[in-house]
Amino acid sequence: MSYGGILRKKIGIEHKVDAFLDLVSESGIIYKRGIDSYTSHNLDAFKGHLENMVETERQADVLRRSIEDLLYRRTLIPESRGDVLRLIEGMDSLLGHFKGSMFRFEIERPNMRETLVKDLLALVECVVEAVEAVTCSIRSFFKNILAVSDHLHKVSYWEAEADKISTRLQTAIFRTENLELCESLQLSAFVRHVDAIADQAEDMADSLAIYVLKRAF
Amino acid sequence: MFLGWSLGANDAANVFGTAVGSRMVKFHTAAVCCSLFVLLGAVISGAGASETLGKLGAVNALAGAFVVAFSAALSVYMMIRARYPASTSQAIVGAILGWNFFSDTPTDTIELTKIVMTWVACPTLAAITAIAFYKLAAFVIPSCRISLFKLDKWTRYGLIAVGAFGSYSLGANNIANVVGVFVPVSPFGNVTLFGIIPLSSAQLLFLIGGIAIAVGVFTYSRHTMQTIGGGIFKLSPVMALVAVWAHSVVLFVFSSQSLEAFLRGMGLPTLPLVPVSSSQAIVGAVVGMGLLKGGRGIRWRTVGGIACGWVTTPIIAGIVCFICLSILQNVFQQTVYDDTLAQKQPAIIETVAPKTVGTRHELPGAVTVQPSEPRS
Repeated sequence: MSYGGILRKKIGIEHKVDAFLDLVSESGIIYKRGIDSYTSHNLDAFKGHLENMVETERQADVLRRSIEDLLYRRTLIPESRGDVLRLIEGMDSLLGHFKGSMFRFEIERPNMRETLVKDLLALVECVVEAVEAVTCSIRSFFKNILAVSDHLHKVSYWEAEADKISTRLQTAIFRTENLELCESLQLSAFVRHVDAIADQAEDMADSLAIYVLKRAF
Repeated sequence: MFLGWSLGANDAANVFGTAVGSRMVKFHTAAVCCSLFVLLGAVISGAGASETLGKLGAVNALAGAFVVAFSAALSVYMMIRARYPASTSQAIVGAILGWNFFSDTPTDTIELTKIVMTWVACPTLAAITAIAFYKLAAFVIPSCRISLFKLDKWTRYGLIAVGAFGSYSLGANNIANVVGVFVPVSPFGNVTLFGIIPLSSAQLLFLIGGIAIAVGVFTYSRHTMQTIGGGIFKLSPVMALVAVWAHSVVLFVFSSQSLEAFLRGMGLPTLPLVPVSSSQAIVGAVVGMGLLKGGRGIRWRTVGGIACGWVTTPIIAGIVCFICLSILQNVFQQTVYDDTLAQKQPAIIETVAPKTVGTRHELPGAVTVQPSEPRS
């Protein structure tokens, strides 16, 4: 076992994990700006944000693979390795969801009525905050386990808010006059797809709570 | 050499079993570290114990000494094959009692009682010590806000450092069990290794014994390490570190003359200076932390098997020794004891003198008792 090599790799892996979580956090910001641009009918800006999202997701994939490789190759944190890998893959999945949602907007180009935009942006805001809260929780899991609970409760709050807005928005869609059923179904599916990101963030937070208990002395 | 191999196969797990079992240290790394430091401990610090062990109790014939060592080794090997950790020290005691019984030498019951009581006190104290250290670690580590990867790094370094220390002591104390009886009749002369390292006759014997221990570590200690490491209770890396540390502290407490003198000087109660088994100490430490976690995760079946082993090992060693002595004397016409000397030496075994300053043992492996007054 090369001790100097392990020291370098362990410092390296800490930076990689930090960088990965930074990318997840940035992806939420890119997503929010992207949807904002779309609802403002600024498609060029939206496409720019979509390209940023694709590049961010690609960088995150590279980091994720590198982290997984290091964890197994150097047999680091044997007791917590499985939990850490599930967290990393879960966050990568969230990032993938952001990208998928933006692509869906790009491909299907839903016609968002002006009366629905405000609630849609509010929903996106809640979803991004939920992801941001779970990102902070996971960062604390690595650096200061006592601070995890400071952020974990926010995930549930934002997920609940997202559910409320989602329900209100879907109701408004189906109550909107002069809206074809197919269009209503399409818009409703978009709303559910965005809301699902917050649900996934809450699932991750629940898992993280268990991992914290497992690490407790 | 067989005893050395058995000791390496069995006792290496006491210092590195928790580290390997918790997957913090690879078996190969542990084996190399253990072998190296056992060799160093044997060659550098093994002389103190061997002087007295050359006259192990009333074992006053070479053939008898050979049978005692062989019987101890065989009983340990049988326990290893049965996949249970065994105490080499207990095996030696049992073999010596077998010799006493065969040679009709009186047994010092007071010292024997003291030894047997430590077979209960040692794991108990190790459990209490492990619980105390773990509670301390549970308070300090979260308070220091150490990151996950840094904690992993420092725990690995700690496991290797404590394991090296324990291995050194294992070599220093247990090499006497392996080759001490042969020191007075060593066929080797003084040599100079590689032209720069002078070794006395005894040290060369220790080196050979240490190599035998190292071979045992590499060839047969893996499963015993994993039994200690995870067979009793699933240990976290920090728990593994605490277990090895508690094990070393308990051995020190039961063996340090300087500590005893200090406590006596302070007017505090002292512990008897009786060599104790490192196998018992590590099992006690692991069980202690399992109890701290509620006891539900402890594999009591495995603990029961180990405890049975502590009872059966000296019995088996005694029986095997008796049978082998009988065969050696009656079939091969060898002198296994000297009648005239036996009457003048009622004690089982004499004290193993420590090499380190101020202590009788730092970390004993050989089981010894204080010599009683010779009969007039």
